[in-house]
Amino acid sequence: MTDASLNSPDNARAPRSLTQEDARTKKRNASERRFRAYGIAAICTGLFFLLALLAAILSAGLPAFRQAVVEVPFTLTQEQHDEAEEAMLKTAIYTNYFITSLSNTMQAEGVQIKFDEDAVERLLGKVGGDLRSHFRDNPDQIGEEIEFELAASSRVDRYLKGTFTREDLQGGNRFFMPEDFDLIDAMKEAGLIKQVFNWNFITGVDTGVDNPGGAGIGASVLGSFFMMLVVLVLSLPIGVAASIYLEEFAPKNRFTDFIEINIANLAAVPSIVFGILGLAVFIQFAHLPQSAPLVGGLVLTLMTLPTIIISTRASLKAVPPSIRDAALGVGASKMQAVFHHVLPLAAPGILTGTIIGLAQALGETAPLLLIGMVGFVARYPDTFLEGFLEPNSAVPAQIYNWAARSDAVFTEKAWGGIIVLLLFLVTMNTIAVILRRRFERRW
Amino acid sequence: MSPGFLLSRPPETRASHFGGHMPVIWLTLIVLAISVVGFVLGRRRALASADGDSRNLHSLPIYYGSNALMKSIVPAFGLMVLWLLAQPLFIDNRIAQMIPEAGIAEGSNIGLVMAEVRRTADGLENAVAAGLLDNDAARNGQSDVAELTQILRDAGQVVTGQITQPVLEAAQAYRALSGTSNLLMTIAVLIVALAGAVWGASEGQKTFRARNTVEQGVLALLIAAASVAILTTVGIVLSLIFNTVEFFRLYPASEFFFLLEWAPSFSGRGGASSLGIIPLLWGTLYISFVALLVAVPIGLFAAIYLSEYAGPRMRSIAKPLLEVLAGIPTIVYGLFALLTIGPILLSVFGNDGLGWMQGQRAVLTAGLAMGIMLIPFVSSLSDDIINAVPQAMRDGSYGLGATKSETIKQVVLPAALPGIVGAVLLAASRAIGETMIVVLGAGAAARLSLNPFEAMTTVTAKIVSQLTGDSDFASPEALVAFALGMTLFIMTLGLNVLALYIVRKYREQYE
Repeated sequence: MTDASLNSPDNARAPRSLTQEDARTKKRNASERRFRAYGIAAICTGLFFLLALLAAILSAGLPAFRQAVVEVPFTLTQEQHDEAEEAMLKTAIYTNYFITSLSNTMQAEGVQIKFDEDAVERLLGKVGGDLRSHFRDNPDQIGEEIEFELAASSRVDRYLKGTFTREDLQGGNRFFMPEDFDLIDAMKEAGLIKQVFNWNFITGVDTGVDNPGGAGIGASVLGSFFMMLVVLVLSLPIGVAASIYLEEFAPKNRFTDFIEINIANLAAVPSIVFGILGLAVFIQFAHLPQSAPLVGGLVLTLMTLPTIIISTRASLKAVPPSIRDAALGVGASKMQAVFHHVLPLAAPGILTGTIIGLAQALGETAPLLLIGMVGFVARYPDTFLEGFLEPNSAVPAQIYNWAARSDAVFTEKAWGGIIVLLLFLVTMNTIAVILRRRFERRW
Repeated sequence: MSPGFLLSRPPETRASHFGGHMPVIWLTLIVLAISVVGFVLGRRRALASADGDSRNLHSLPIYYGSNALMKSIVPAFGLMVLWLLAQPLFIDNRIAQMIPEAGIAEGSNIGLVMAEVRRTADGLENAVAAGLLDNDAARNGQSDVAELTQILRDAGQVVTGQITQPVLEAAQAYRALSGTSNLLMTIAVLIVALAGAVWGASEGQKTFRARNTVEQGVLALLIAAASVAILTTVGIVLSLIFNTVEFFRLYPASEFFFLLEWAPSFSGRGGASSLGIIPLLWGTLYISFVALLVAVPIGLFAAIYLSEYAGPRMRSIAKPLLEVLAGIPTIVYGLFALLTIGPILLSVFGNDGLGWMQGQRAVLTAGLAMGIMLIPFVSSLSDDIINAVPQAMRDGSYGLGATKSETIKQVVLPAALPGIVGAVLLAASRAIGETMIVVLGAGAAARLSLNPFEAMTTVTAKIVSQLTGDSDFASPEALVAFALGMTLFIMTLGLNVLALYIVRKYREQYE
């Protein structure tokens, strides 16, 4: 009977079957699939952005680590040496020797082309001076054949990397002339040009706009290092002490609440505001030296503290109360229970959090701009103490500095700098992950 | 070179400030040494009073030593830090009174003259240290100004123009006062350290409750460390307020808030500049809006998929990969915007393509890069929030015959909505405070326009440009940065408080 009422006239649609989708079910299933596809699309878009970012960094930054050099065998006889040293323009004579030697080498390879002094200077820099100082420092090498490696100028470098073409050059200037392209092609044909790892980029210092190819990131790496030292030395003890107080000792009262609110808000304050704080308090008020890694470190310490406090509290909280109870049970004071038992057990977590906080601080740029760490720094600090107090740059600030210059060589250096920065960050994060994997205890 | 207090100092000033820091380092080492001696003495005395048997002591021997160590180190360093903070204030005040009204040149002010005095005093100090000047000549009030200037120049010091007689006198007084103050500080700190060590060591008796004393001291230090957070907030608020008030004294507040134009003059000092915040706020909000338009849909759908559909395997791969985006420094996104996104957009919308875009820097350039940066932010927060929705609600929906997507759309998302709104607000506060991406990607011109292909600028970008330029520090053009910073601080703080309130409220609902 019930069947009859179910099959009443308004239900006179096609016979229903569980294995057969009706129109509405089809619609609902299609909508289900669509929704799922949106999710997958969103994740793929996110991952695509990540890939695009990495691809852009690698493709644009890796050339910064390579440098074209010209390798020429060169022999200086004793007579040539004496003759050059007696002349008025000594380096010019050396340059001429070099040109002769270069032409001979190329002829031996079957390539004929004429070099003049200016062209050599445009392509390879002041060769005469380099040769002269080399033989002055190594007088015993006079008369021997030596393979000279000369760094090619940045435009030669870029021509060989394909980022600078004949079409890009309009007219020509004292840095580059149209006929230089033929000279480079000829040297390449003769097999004199090769690509080597650009150590100067790792160890060098910033250079002016007239020598973009010689700019290196070394000094700013050191600046970042000194800053991180300050951050580590200050933020680790202060952060751990604050967390211990808040997690283990603080009574529940207004003061504690106020501290908690402050920490939560500081974690979300834009980094540039910390820069303003550093400028106003450390430089304007306390007259600390401007652009010094010490000040940068202080600002970054204040910025990283909330991160470290939050992660330290989490790892203190993860230590089960039974540990504390056991310590108190055998007569330890509360302080002893915390410092002798809880803290060592929480140490791996604290360390992980600190490394992640440091990595964050290492990549921060905006506050450094305000305290003047973007200046032109072309030397290394002489002593350990100077490292903290002398004006210096930091890796991200140096990258910003290069990116703001219009020369394409500096752009390449900026991308290269990003690779260096990311390598540091990846290393630090890997150490943090390994520490967590190895020492983390699940209670 | 402008006579102002240059924010980007040339590298020749290297040696400056150096002389003043050496005594501090030596003093630190000496105090440390005193405290270590105190430690040894305190421990030894306590053991001696207990006839060498530590069981007769109230506390472990190390606590007696620590007591002396703490009593010498903490007050000594506290005094030193306070002194170093107060010293420049005090000396500046004294010297500023010395400078006659007439000594302040036209268009200058007392702050500039004081900067000059400090520089000259530093120069004298360094010249003496380098042996170019003997101490008497540096102190001599009758010294020839021109000759001294030359000597300072030779010593590699930056001397702006000719040092005037009042400045020289003030600088000499400054140097003398700093010297006296440093000497007094050294003496005071040493006395405090010694007294503390002696006091602590004399307490080394077997009945003395050393552990309790030390633990109380440690607790005080812990509280002090926790208060650093408060101090930081106070520091931020005070430095913003003081300079903002100073700015409004030089520039009318009504113009700052309501003027529709941003055009700081670089040569003039005040008056000629138009410093209206509205174009900057518009740029900030527009770019943040574009960023959220990118980040919210992608982040939200990614979170939904990861928490509702993805298996544990996919989750363990995709989630960390997305979060890598959050770990990349913002300077990288800035460069990516300027050198990758900008040129791509330009090739599509530029003059070779649709002709809508004139340069690489545009609202869209910065907004896209910022959106990519915010994806993991939205996705992980939303992921947590969606996971917090109780399973029973889903099961109820499935039981009624709803499909998975219907359950998500009609049950899970409405339940999670407050939390998701909170997450979006947090992301918005991030976007508003972001600096490097807009400095590199958004452009420098302040515009009130709806066109996303135009370059615009933001509050943060202008803070950077106003404080890193060559403008003099006391001018409204530089001080406006603090008013902008104040606006930014209040905006982000408001958004955060609201977001945290919403998230917390929501969490309580299901706990």
